[in-house]
Amino acid sequence: MAALKDLRYERKPGGIPMQPIIDVQHLFKKFQDTTAVDGVSFTVAPGEFFGLLGPNGAGKTTTIRMLYGFSPPTRGIIRIFGMDIARDWRKIKARIGVCQQDNTLDPDLTVEQNLVVFASYFSIPSREAANRAGELLEFFALSNRRNAKVADLSGGMIRRLILARSLVNRPDLLILDEPTTGLDPQSRHQVWDRLERLKASGLSIVLTTHYMEEASRLCDRLVIVDSGKILVDGSPEALIATHAGRHVIEIGGPDQALRDYLKAQQVPHDDLGPRVILYSPEGQDLSAAIRDDFCHEKCTFRNGTLEDVFLRLTGRELRE
Amino acid sequence: MELRVISWRFFKVWRRNLVTFQKIWKVSFITPLLEPLLFVAAFGLGFAGIVGNVRYGGAELSYTAFIAPALIATAVMNNAFFETTYASFVRMYYQKTFDGMLATPLSIEEIIIAEIVWSATKAAAAAAIMLGVLGAFGYVQFPAGVLAIPLAFFGGIAFGAVGLFFTGIIPTIEMFNLPIFLFVTPMFLFSGTFFPVSNLPLWAKPLALAFPLHHLVELCRLVCLGRHETVPLLSVLYLAVFGFLFTVLALVFMRRRLIK
Repeated sequence: MAALKDLRYERKPGGIPMQPIIDVQHLFKKFQDTTAVDGVSFTVAPGEFFGLLGPNGAGKTTTIRMLYGFSPPTRGIIRIFGMDIARDWRKIKARIGVCQQDNTLDPDLTVEQNLVVFASYFSIPSREAANRAGELLEFFALSNRRNAKVADLSGGMIRRLILARSLVNRPDLLILDEPTTGLDPQSRHQVWDRLERLKASGLSIVLTTHYMEEASRLCDRLVIVDSGKILVDGSPEALIATHAGRHVIEIGGPDQALRDYLKAQQVPHDDLGPRVILYSPEGQDLSAAIRDDFCHEKCTFRNGTLEDVFLRLTGRELRE
Repeated sequence: MELRVISWRFFKVWRRNLVTFQKIWKVSFITPLLEPLLFVAAFGLGFAGIVGNVRYGGAELSYTAFIAPALIATAVMNNAFFETTYASFVRMYYQKTFDGMLATPLSIEEIIIAEIVWSATKAAAAAAIMLGVLGAFGYVQFPAGVLAIPLAFFGGIAFGAVGLFFTGIIPTIEMFNLPIFLFVTPMFLFSGTFFPVSNLPLWAKPLALAFPLHHLVELCRLVCLGRHETVPLLSVLYLAVFGFLFTVLALVFMRRRLIK
């Protein structure tokens, strides 16, 4: 755990830890008969790209909504920029950008008006707002649709516009709730590219997503939550090394001999019936032995991924 | 509820509604422009012959002159009430406009106040247009009649607030039919709009007195014709209390609905 702590706090020269951008302590959220968030604690350091992963209904969006002051916690403390969200919500909200899961754009307004009107909620003067809108539309490749109605935009363009809108107040913290859900691969890669550029500029970002590829690519550090609790916390690489291993072998049509072998060798594996997935621990490459003795039908030799980690920790049953 | 949650920032939300409205204003102003013409034509040409004159506030009024100020009052009710019911519900539920706003330094209370003030603004704009049309026919005394515009704003707050209260509690948009059938339609018919409340049987009079529209109709007749049957100050007071009460209720129930 000591190593993890060091990851969390970038140190200024002089060795004083920088104050975290987000500091969440013992957060609970109860609805009538369910506990959506059940004692969650985490911190996010300045400049960090932090991921919040979990299956549907795990409490990701509920947590995010409490972070940006939309819904009040049942219990627990949320400090952002060192301020308490319950008390200084207005000051905090002025400095964060939020990209919500739903499309909350104004369908009656044009692309540019959406940015300018939204900027007015932050008390940004209209001339300045128009300048920023121009820059953001350029950055998100929407300049040529400046006067289009939102209703005429494609799904990818709508997402980019919501992202652009969340940056109109030049936030110090960007909160993204499933920013690429429902996008085609081209649009998704375009969004990733922009997010990487924002991260390079030093922006702190919190992301929730279902896409493990997205989390692996973008996040410096992430937590996996399920049933309102944090299961693990670490960098994507560290989590893969710990919970999936570098080498993964999928074996189709496994026989009893294989099952006995795995038991005898105590190899971590998931038995799905017609398919067995085995995770070779570090320094124990089983590829050769498996290839020679047990590959009767189809074997896939691949690297461990965040998806393996996710499925191992949260199970394979359907949610909802 | 703390008072610091309500600041001048509500004006930004009001501005947003104005910017959106500018896209459709030409269509929305056709109603207040043509509606009084239709009513004046129907009642002035068709109905007045049967009804003759109406005794109201100690004077003989032609039937058309009698209903003209009431048309302004009902337009105020309709504009404000329909804005904070159907239009606000669409913004809240379908367009998720309020969710987006709640990720900014705006408070839920500012959004709610802005919706009510905006509905009153629309009501005042409609009243101004109708005033021009009815004034051209000589149904409005000027300059006192101009007071109908601030009066429309004042009354608009009351109807906008009660509309938003319904938006805070109604499960689906189709169910607005219920408050319209039980609240708006009876008011439209029995608020001294088409016949003086003094013609109602004794037991029905207190009912009419409870209708905010009745008080707005009375005040409209006062500024347009200089005639009234109720005590004007009490009517102002009633509308103020009604507006304040339902603004508080709208704040409570809209917050309960939106903040989970």
